[in-house]
Amino acid sequence: MATDLYTHPDYYNMDDLLTEEHKLVRDSVRAWVKQNVSPIIEDHYERAVFPKHLVKGLGEIGAFGPYIPTEYGGPGLDQIAYGLIMQELERCDSGLRSTSSVQSSLVMYPIYKYGNEEQRRKYLPKLASGEFLGCFGLTEPDHGSNPGGMLTNFKDAGDHVILNGAKMWISNAPLSDVAVVWAKDESGRIHGLIVEKGMEGFSAPEMHGKLSLRASITGELLFDNVKVPKANILPNKSGLGAPLGCLDSARFGIAWGALGAAMDCYDQALRYSKERIQFGQPIASFQLTQKKLAEMITEITKAQFLTFRLGQLRNEGRATSAQISMAKRNNVEIALRIAREARQILGAMGITNEFSVMRHMANLESVVTYEGTHDIHLLITGMDITGFSAFTGEKK
Amino acid sequence: MKFLVCISKAPDTTTKIDFVENNTKFNEAGVQYIVNPYDEWYALVRALELKETLGGTVTTITVGTPEDEAVIRKALAIGADESVRINANPKDAYYTAFQIAEYAKKGGFDIVFAGKETINYNGSQVGGMIAEFMQLPYVSLATKLDLAANTATIEKEMTGGIEIVELNTPFVISAAKGMAEQRIPNMRGIMAARTKPLQIVEPVACDELVSFVSYDLPKAKSACKFIDPANVAELVHLLHTEAKVI
Repeated sequence: MATDLYTHPDYYNMDDLLTEEHKLVRDSVRAWVKQNVSPIIEDHYERAVFPKHLVKGLGEIGAFGPYIPTEYGGPGLDQIAYGLIMQELERCDSGLRSTSSVQSSLVMYPIYKYGNEEQRRKYLPKLASGEFLGCFGLTEPDHGSNPGGMLTNFKDAGDHVILNGAKMWISNAPLSDVAVVWAKDESGRIHGLIVEKGMEGFSAPEMHGKLSLRASITGELLFDNVKVPKANILPNKSGLGAPLGCLDSARFGIAWGALGAAMDCYDQALRYSKERIQFGQPIASFQLTQKKLAEMITEITKAQFLTFRLGQLRNEGRATSAQISMAKRNNVEIALRIAREARQILGAMGITNEFSVMRHMANLESVVTYEGTHDIHLLITGMDITGFSAFTGEKK
Repeated sequence: MKFLVCISKAPDTTTKIDFVENNTKFNEAGVQYIVNPYDEWYALVRALELKETLGGTVTTITVGTPEDEAVIRKALAIGADESVRINANPKDAYYTAFQIAEYAKKGGFDIVFAGKETINYNGSQVGGMIAEFMQLPYVSLATKLDLAANTATIEKEMTGGIEIVELNTPFVISAAKGMAEQRIPNMRGIMAARTKPLQIVEPVACDELVSFVSYDLPKAKSACKFIDPANVAELVHLLHTEAKVI
């Protein structure tokens, strides 16, 4: 990949709404990404190898659990800072952001929110520093959009429980030291359990053959009569709302992240269009190219406002799940469209790994599906405004 | 050990430079400022490295207005312990150096660091002037600095080689490329910078010896002319008659 020249588009002076600290957060992560990730990402993506040497660096820069308080090893930043970090990571690669947002929102967040003090002190500092990598087990082979139907379960066995079942499509799984696993107890209620690498009967085989998120590692979680100490059950919340609370945090990060991918595609397409000469003039001077670019920056600008406002609401603890759904759905959708249009502006060069747009496009095909599919998020908005659940046909 | 590092702001390198008020003033509208790279990447980072191995404190000093606090916070986020801002709009190198020296005289610093120059004015004057005001030895354009007890060994580039200087603290040094490697602030550092002390000191009276008359942009580069490689005579002719270099 050529030198990373990325600068973020800011058509409506959105930077004026950020604090100096936010800008420093963003610029620092961008500098770290340009120095450490941009030079190696295409090669890892092409070989479908997870750049695991970056895990320590992500920990050092503070990209794991940015909003986790300092007493547990996090930096204690706000939600907008978290969003900006996700934006800068996904600006480079959705897989990189996935690693970070899974660790932050799906592993550290539940331990911090639903765990007890002992669990927090035991796991959070190591997850924050990158000494530990974590994953989140909710999706099952037969339960994706309907996680409440999960089959994974545990039975009481005195001072421990016996866990059985299987999880699928789990980011970070094969390399994880800890997994936050959601399973039903004997009464059918969902609880979170911290399962550690090396527990007997627990394995996490890698899934191969992905044509998207190739620089991120994905696997299964298999539990065959795994003895999990009762001390590893997250005590402070149970029921489907517990994992969904984690997903709120992760989807918030994705909304910012996908916008980052969109901004990278736009930035490259704009630069290329001014340099590429056809018929004796830059292709940026042609109306159809301008139409594409003008629509891109319009969508990006709208999404920047949506996302920033969501950050404010989340800082105030007022962002609803449905509001987060809307931002995730919108931003991934526009990012995909922008990646495709940018690919066209780049012509044949757009399909090569000289540019990141084709990689973004392929990555975003996963992002539009995971953490709530595009359609499911639409139905969440539909349910929120009408009061009817299209999942079950019942009045909410 | 007590280290003082001079921190200045400079426009981001992508800034489009232009002037207002009859070319007497730099147009600051929309300009993004960064920490002057020589101050940040080399002077500050080397001071932090020395502190980390030998113990002590790193204080930064900036002559500037409240708008400069963003670059000061970045220096704190990278690892400085505390900062001082001399509350004034720096008029020229003499004024800046005078203010810094007045503060530094009272601080008992072992080494005062400056970047070799700012990337906007490129004056390379402040370090030397501070040394003169403080009556201290000065080593300019240093590319390497080692410290054992209070004896420093410093390397600086010179025509055709490297000059190695040895001297005792206290002294003033200006840092050039090579002295250290850039450090990117991490999120914990950024958070910690919030609560680190930033002392604001009023300036002392200082003579105004310099006034800026006007600024001019460099002449715009003319379009590049391509000469057919087979046509050497044309190339020579143009170099002689048009470019007037041969």
